Amino acid sequence: MSDTKRGQKGDILLEMKGLKIEGRADEQWIEIVHGVDVTLRRGEVLGLIGESGAGKSTIGLAAMGYARDGCRISGGEIWFDGTELRSASDEHLRKLRGHRIAYVAQSAAASFNPAHRLIDQYCESPVQHGVMSRDKAEKDAKDLFRRLRLPNPETIGERYPHQVSGGQLQRAMTAMAMSCRPDLIIFDEPTTALDVTTQIEVLAAIRDIVDQFNTAAIYITHDLAVVAQMADTIKVLRYGNTVEEGDTRRMLAKPEEKYTSDLLAVRTYKRDQRDRPENEGPLMQIRGVDASYGTVPVLYDVSFDVYKKRTVAVVGESGSGKSTTARVITGLLPPKAGEVYYRGEVLPADYRQRNKDQLRRLQMIYQMPDTALNPKSRIRDVIGRPAYFYLGLTGRKLEERVRELLRLVELEPDQYINRLTTELSGGQKQRICIARALAAEPELIICDEVTSALDQLVAEEILKLLQRMQDEFDLSYMFITHDLATVRAISDEVVVMQNGRVVEQGPKEEMFTPPHHDYTDLLLSSVPEMDPDWLDRLLAERAEMARQGRVLKAADN
Amino acid sequence: MSKILATIAQRLGLGVLTLFVVSLVIAGMLELLPGDFCETILGQSATVETVNACRKENGFDQPFVFRYADWLSGFATLDMGKSLANKRDIAELISVRLSNTLFLAGFTAAIAVPLALFLGVLAALYRYSLYDRFVNVFTLTSISFPEFFVAYILVLLLSVMTVGENPIGPNGPWFPAMASVSEDTSFGERLYLVFLPALTLTLVVVAHMMRMTRAAIINLLASPYIEMARLKGIKNSRIIVKHALPNALAPIINVIAINLAYLIVGVVVVEVVFNYPGLGKIFVDHVKFRDVPVVQASAMIFAATYILLNLTADILSIVTNPRLMHPR
Amino acid sequence: MSSVDTSDTGPESLIRAPTRIIQAACAVSLVFLIAAFSTDLSENPGNALIGALLSAAFCAVLYKAWPRLLSDPGRDGVMAAGIGIYVAAGLIYWPLFSANPWSSFAGLAGSLIFLLAVLAGWKEVRKAPPTALFGIAVIFLYVLASCLAPILAPYSQSAPMGGSNLLWGSELKDGGIAYLGTDQLGRDILSRLLYGARNTVGIAFVTTALTFVLGSLLGLLAASMQGWIDQTLSRVVDVLMAIPQLIFALVIFTVIGSGAVKMIIVIALLDSTRVFRLSRSVAMSIVVMDYVEAAKLRGERLWYIIYKEVLPNATAPLAAEFGLRFCFVFLFISALSFLGIGLQPPTADWGAMVRESANLINFFLYAPAMGVTPLLPAFAIALLTVAVNFVVDWFLHKMSGLKE
Repeated sequence: MSDTKRGQKGDILLEMKGLKIEGRADEQWIEIVHGVDVTLRRGEVLGLIGESGAGKSTIGLAAMGYARDGCRISGGEIWFDGTELRSASDEHLRKLRGHRIAYVAQSAAASFNPAHRLIDQYCESPVQHGVMSRDKAEKDAKDLFRRLRLPNPETIGERYPHQVSGGQLQRAMTAMAMSCRPDLIIFDEPTTALDVTTQIEVLAAIRDIVDQFNTAAIYITHDLAVVAQMADTIKVLRYGNTVEEGDTRRMLAKPEEKYTSDLLAVRTYKRDQRDRPENEGPLMQIRGVDASYGTVPVLYDVSFDVYKKRTVAVVGESGSGKSTTARVITGLLPPKAGEVYYRGEVLPADYRQRNKDQLRRLQMIYQMPDTALNPKSRIRDVIGRPAYFYLGLTGRKLEERVRELLRLVELEPDQYINRLTTELSGGQKQRICIARALAAEPELIICDEVTSALDQLVAEEILKLLQRMQDEFDLSYMFITHDLATVRAISDEVVVMQNGRVVEQGPKEEMFTPPHHDYTDLLLSSVPEMDPDWLDRLLAERAEMARQGRVLKAADN
Repeated sequence: MSKILATIAQRLGLGVLTLFVVSLVIAGMLELLPGDFCETILGQSATVETVNACRKENGFDQPFVFRYADWLSGFATLDMGKSLANKRDIAELISVRLSNTLFLAGFTAAIAVPLALFLGVLAALYRYSLYDRFVNVFTLTSISFPEFFVAYILVLLLSVMTVGENPIGPNGPWFPAMASVSEDTSFGERLYLVFLPALTLTLVVVAHMMRMTRAAIINLLASPYIEMARLKGIKNSRIIVKHALPNALAPIINVIAINLAYLIVGVVVVEVVFNYPGLGKIFVDHVKFRDVPVVQASAMIFAATYILLNLTADILSIVTNPRLMHPR
Repeated sequence: MSSVDTSDTGPESLIRAPTRIIQAACAVSLVFLIAAFSTDLSENPGNALIGALLSAAFCAVLYKAWPRLLSDPGRDGVMAAGIGIYVAAGLIYWPLFSANPWSSFAGLAGSLIFLLAVLAGWKEVRKAPPTALFGIAVIFLYVLASCLAPILAPYSQSAPMGGSNLLWGSELKDGGIAYLGTDQLGRDILSRLLYGARNTVGIAFVTTALTFVLGSLLGLLAASMQGWIDQTLSRVVDVLMAIPQLIFALVIFTVIGSGAVKMIIVIALLDSTRVFRLSRSVAMSIVVMDYVEAAKLRGERLWYIIYKEVLPNATAPLAAEFGLRFCFVFLFISALSFLGIGLQPPTADWGAMVRESANLINFFLYAPAMGVTPLLPAFAIALLTVAVNFVVDWFLHKMSGLKE
């Protein structure tokens, strides 16, 4: 956009100096951002990256002069285009927000008002800020919807938020942020809640639109590979401090700080494939399983095998039926048809019909360590219970066993054995969950998205721990995940699921070498890579394929 | 649209079913009455003949199912039989009392609902302010008071203590401590007479309603779409009117319905305190006489009103829910 | 400390032997109680024996449970001081205390339990707002009053002590003074108010406890079992809740007549529907948690899941609900008594006292002290409800703060 009176590309647009933010915890204020500097030029995209607790969202909002309930900006200066926002009046801030600085939230579904049509919510900012008339805003909306490649751009605005899918809503929200042609947009983890294949579409749409209008942006994410596609410069944050800041390509090629290179190394962890054990049948076989929730069918003819000491990764996006498969195997959801064989014998369909030994051999680790541990229990009881329940350990023996298990998962027994589960971090909780599963001395562990709720560095530690446990105790894993980096890291065999069906399966090396099934291809190619050119290349490839008449489509569209 | 109609029809059906079951429960309950009403009222003078005659006259010799069916069809056609105690026609007896009760409840609601909503929303908007804290303590105190305590304090302050310094009448109290209305009391006079009972109920209901309104609004203001509206630079007043209000309708309707239902029951005690000839008073009086037909009829009316109010709230909240109004 | 199997107990660091102070305090209170009961020995040896055994058991429990209740040794002193003051007061007014051994036992137990509860939550209590502190203090006074009613009350709750409707401070037949006057039957109002605390509060408390046992047990069961049990219970509750409670209660009393036990059972039944709803919904949100699923898949029995996994996570909301339910039940019972359906006379009961003396309010201008007579019991009801509500409000506020 050649709006010269708003300044030239390259002028400093936003400058935050020594920004300090405090959060309210337990009746007192605690500093959570300790003096961070941010400089952003017109038309530039700054990526803020960090793990949970780094303070990135809070800093993003501070750029609008806004602090959430329970937070306050306690120090520093925030200069936006010649105005200091901390000392600006509420009225002045209100006029800036939505008009010159816009915000795109993580959860579009929650951030759109359920009571109004998309178009009404779109038009609100431009009309209220007096940027353009309602008619013009509506026309403009349709144009933006088209540019963001939303389906039916003429009519989609007539819909209510709950009538539109997640990926589309996220693009509609980007359009809404664009409605006043702001100088700056804050993107707060806009693709985190989306599936990978949907994420691509949204990323491409956001990048194009920011490019076209020469808008400056702050892009907040925990995913370095995503930010590599979007940002000109990257700022790495940790515990409310700047770790490192620099040009994207430079940082990816030559990180200065260890923390940054750790983050970069996360997705490169990979183990070699091991072949199926010879002259030994599979440990568990799933044969022709159909299942449904009530009358809604969710699984169709699912079959695959799990071998002893090997890891099967079941991959798919949300709604693909991978967690349902786990529920069938554990006996929580008896299937409509088909069987689960364990060592050649049929497992009773309902877990209540299984005997103690059958239950013991099959353990489970959950996605959310927060909800997988009783917040009122002590570590001693959490780990001790299965050892007592299945193996009858009591007294000194039980105590010894619990300590041994804690040491196995690398937690100092004296320090942790008497703690409540709520007194642990996410990664530590997941370790306790692993210890609890091991306490039963199982043969097969089902890991349901065990790393997806964790920060990347922690997740990698957990993966490595699981790997060691497998080697030590001859465990088999069934690893449910949506994340192909995890698959690459840990699996021997891969099962790809889509819409309740297995679309492809085989040993990992085979699966990761072309030719692929179309869906596998889409899934594989959609995983962001650290290479800043990856998105361009991918889009070019897909455009080329489309010319040849082969279209890969995510379910969301 | 058909889906929402189906949902509403389902709720209506459920409401009717509940009414039916409730009437059955009340009738069945009273059926369990130990001893015999006839023996009780005839007392010492009871002979086998007179008791039997009394039973026949009141239909007590019929099996329960017949009597229930009879009663139900009678109730539906507003023929509720005669009071056992004073032989008066119940429909006639109750209709006047019911209109009195509805007048009192309506009067109270007319003051309480707008007042409570206004003050409750205000407390939510200025959360943690001095006003909010005061409101919290005041409402908490107010809902803790038994109705009769509030009533007697008001009687003391606005009736008893004003005797002799009254500017209106010669040495009379400002407001009468007894709300003795009759059928030919004029509307204005009626308003004056029921002022104290209505004020009592208002104080209690307003406190409940304010707390619920405040909680509902605060809950709403914490939603991400309200933050989004702020970040879009929308004016505060517009956020309230355009973004909060449409979504607040369902919870607010719910709050109103709960409190109106509460009012229906709350009138009982207040009517007794002020000796007000309403349905609650007659109900309590006849409970003491064990006058089954009157108790049954008035309990049924109370229950029906209660169910109807909840049903209305239910349906209104369906109608105001955009997700149901505009299905995928 | 004996080296018993500690696998089922809490962390070792919390297990300490009771300090000498608390040992001494236990011994003192034991001697005091046994002495109090022994005065009953000649007339009622059985009673004295049971009382002595009960007080020994009470001290044993206190002694044994002490280290688990509190972890800060500084609290020992507070507890010991509490016991000391009580025993000292008991010795000063020995004739009264020894004449009512059960009441003096109840008073000690009640005030100790209350003190323990406050001390256990001392970290929180210290930061409590003034309204909550006020509430705690008032509740404590009510606990004392209802436990010690026979000791504190100068006269009987039922026997006429002088002329009817005497003014405050009038002299009674036996030469004593009726500080708050007498009622229409010549009974001492102060005594009736104190006994009323025991009757009204006691009944409300018992009713609430029953309500809770019934409602939460069924609610937890429904949520954990689901299926037809849940469906049946929920539908029954739906119907019961469709009838306004006061109306339903009055219909039932029409049938079965009134009386304390009947009232407790009927109200507990009716009110347990609400506890059922709440505990069911709380438990529902807990049973979908992965840790409950993990327990199920481990093969744990239903009672283990309810007791170890669900219940500990439901206690906070249930505790708050207990307070609210108590207020409701208390007001409800008072309303029933006020309407003339409640405890049978001559038992003193606040709601009934209001009704009986209601007309006196009209004499306010001539005799203000007499005019406020009906307001006294009403105020007693209001004050306790306010106090409980203040504490519950504070508790709820803390709970919502923890969630964030």
